[in-house]
Amino acid sequence: MAKTTTARGPELERAGLSDEQLTAILRNMLLQRQLDNRGFQLNRQGKIPFALGSEGHEAVQSGAAMAFRRGRDVLVPYYRDLGLALGVGMSPFEILSSLFARQTDRNGGRQFPNHYTNHELGVASISSIIAGHCTHATGIAAAFRYRKESGRAVLCPTGEGATSQGEWHEAVNYASVHTLPIVFLVENNQWAISTPQTMQMRVANVADKAAGYGIPGTVCDGTDPVATYRAVHAAMERARSGGGPSIVEAKCYRFLSHSTDDDDRTYRDRHQVEEQRKHDPVPRFEERLIAAGIIDAAAAKKLRNDVLRETNEATDAAEAQPYPAPDTLYTNVVAGDYRPWQE
Amino acid sequence: MTATEQQTGTSVMTNVEAVRTTLHDALARDERVLIMGEDVGSRGNVFLITKGFFEEFGPERIIDTPLAEASIVGVAIGMAMEGLRPIAEIQFADFIYPAFNQIVGEAAKTRYRSNGDYTCPLVIRTPYGGGVRGALSHSVSIEALFYHVPGLTILAPSTPADIKGLLNAAIECPDPVLFLEHKKTYRSVKGEVPCGYYTIPIGKADVKKTGRDVSVVSYGYNLHQALDAANRLEGEGVSVEVIDLRSIRPMDKTTILESVRKTRKLLIIHEDNKFGGIGAEISAMVAEEALFDLDAPIRRLCGPDVPAMGYALPLEEEFMISTDAMVEAMRSLAKF
Ligand SMILES: Cc1ncc(C[n+]2csc(CCOP(=O)(O)OP(=O)(O)O)c2C)c(N)n1
Repeated sequence: MAKTTTARGPELERAGLSDEQLTAILRNMLLQRQLDNRGFQLNRQGKIPFALGSEGHEAVQSGAAMAFRRGRDVLVPYYRDLGLALGVGMSPFEILSSLFARQTDRNGGRQFPNHYTNHELGVASISSIIAGHCTHATGIAAAFRYRKESGRAVLCPTGEGATSQGEWHEAVNYASVHTLPIVFLVENNQWAISTPQTMQMRVANVADKAAGYGIPGTVCDGTDPVATYRAVHAAMERARSGGGPSIVEAKCYRFLSHSTDDDDRTYRDRHQVEEQRKHDPVPRFEERLIAAGIIDAAAAKKLRNDVLRETNEATDAAEAQPYPAPDTLYTNVVAGDYRPWQE
Repeated sequence: MTATEQQTGTSVMTNVEAVRTTLHDALARDERVLIMGEDVGSRGNVFLITKGFFEEFGPERIIDTPLAEASIVGVAIGMAMEGLRPIAEIQFADFIYPAFNQIVGEAAKTRYRSNGDYTCPLVIRTPYGGGVRGALSHSVSIEALFYHVPGLTILAPSTPADIKGLLNAAIECPDPVLFLEHKKTYRSVKGEVPCGYYTIPIGKADVKKTGRDVSVVSYGYNLHQALDAANRLEGEGVSVEVIDLRSIRPMDKTTILESVRKTRKLLIIHEDNKFGGIGAEISAMVAEEALFDLDAPIRRLCGPDVPAMGYALPLEEEFMISTDAMVEAMRSLAKF
């Protein structure tokens, strides 16, 4: 059975996090929120064709990012992992370059935005194929094990919809059979575009499925970054020390439409969204840090201003970049020069 | 290099022995190389290709996987992205469909979609083809399902020496390679193989027999039949040039065009279904580049357009192209 960890209550449960780390989590959440807003804004202004939002996932991702060891671990993210991408070191400029499809995008303007990759930082390249990345994550964990690089782990997030895919099950099963250092983080926002969780599975928690693979499954409050940090940190530590894979499910909610091309009013009751907004993890965490005396209101305001300025600067800088040159369409098909017919 | 690996001379071996020794030497040479798939461990794979490897290299390098093709390829992709050189085995080509997404949607696009930030140096080996009483689900040719995909290299060598050189090249290749081994040639084809390490460049066809009157392009088991047919026709004074394609993608334009411009007649032979097969692409290329050099319409001799060959011998024989049919096609084309 899945265990539940929560870190609510009057006292801030610090979970071994320093004031600086807690503040860094808040900053990351604020930056994530700002960049999300920017993506949707730019789309409405007709400046970019498409954006995906991660509003409602800030606590899961910024908390989980704190459990990631830069330079050691590898993140195989999915498209909604803006906060994880930022949290492990990707810059707003990189994110915006991808939104604008400029040449400075890591993917060279080839993929939709939000398909994060940064080899140096340990952010593995992904496609848009749901759960296609899960077996890759398992393979990366297998490489760590093969090279006896203990102390390294892979973080592989998905939505709950992705866990209906055979590839997710194959990845979890393989990792379990081979005791690989990997954490399958499920960001359960209850919706896969318009399909609710109840049409995706007959169990209450994705984490309940862990028993079927003989590995631990944990449910945590995905609206509380400290709870998410604790659950992901414990699972990553377990993986790093040879304990094998686990599933961590963070319950959260998606506030925005699936993407700028989606209108969630066609399938979601406004009332439900408004109810959920009352538990918006971003202001809530800010209030908590203030109440706990970790930052004061002025410092919080400064953080908000800072990330807005950072976002504005990155927007201008990215927008000013040129598009990729047309002839880059023909590069990087394979190594070197490529022709299907060898001449 | 292993101590046992001889550096000079040649030795005679079958196709299956060539696969086995090449894999063995690759494992001995490079610690990044590992083999994964169903039953590759203590069983030594269903064709005994990896027999003894488990004992010699251990379970860390000869990995029995769960029975799940998408993860065999997907996990191998992750390993390759992380710098290893996995050789993933699909037990029979017929079972590659569950891994289609991983091969086409993921492996072949890794470099492209990340603009070179990540690469995928992976080899997927699989036995294909019929004529072994393998029936519906142990006889298919899959090359046409994959050769439409940029980013994927597809090799189908048919002799032991070519298998060694091209498998070594595949393992060295910084991008994903689908390596096809025709089952019927595993034990029926024997040949001299140079000792020591060598590679054959990917994308180069090989003229296995020179001739004047007709050019034949083929690969796999059919290639050996085509050579037999061509040799039979020598007695009749018909001189056939036989090209072994070896590399399906990329394909060797120069060798095909040079031959066609010389003989002015082209016959393409492959076991895979005719409709939309490799022969269609070769025909289109030759029509585009050398139509006015031709003295006869291009001909294709291919597997019939039915889903698979049957288990019953007459159904299998009806599907497979006979050497007699090849002789007939070459003769009539020469006379055209
Ligand atoms: C294999 C595949 N099928 C369908 C899609 C289209 N699609 C993109 S996102 C999505 C929903 C995914 O939901 P979930 O995994 O719960 O993640 P969320 O978007 O809710 O964070 C779908 C159906 C796809 N990208 N890939």
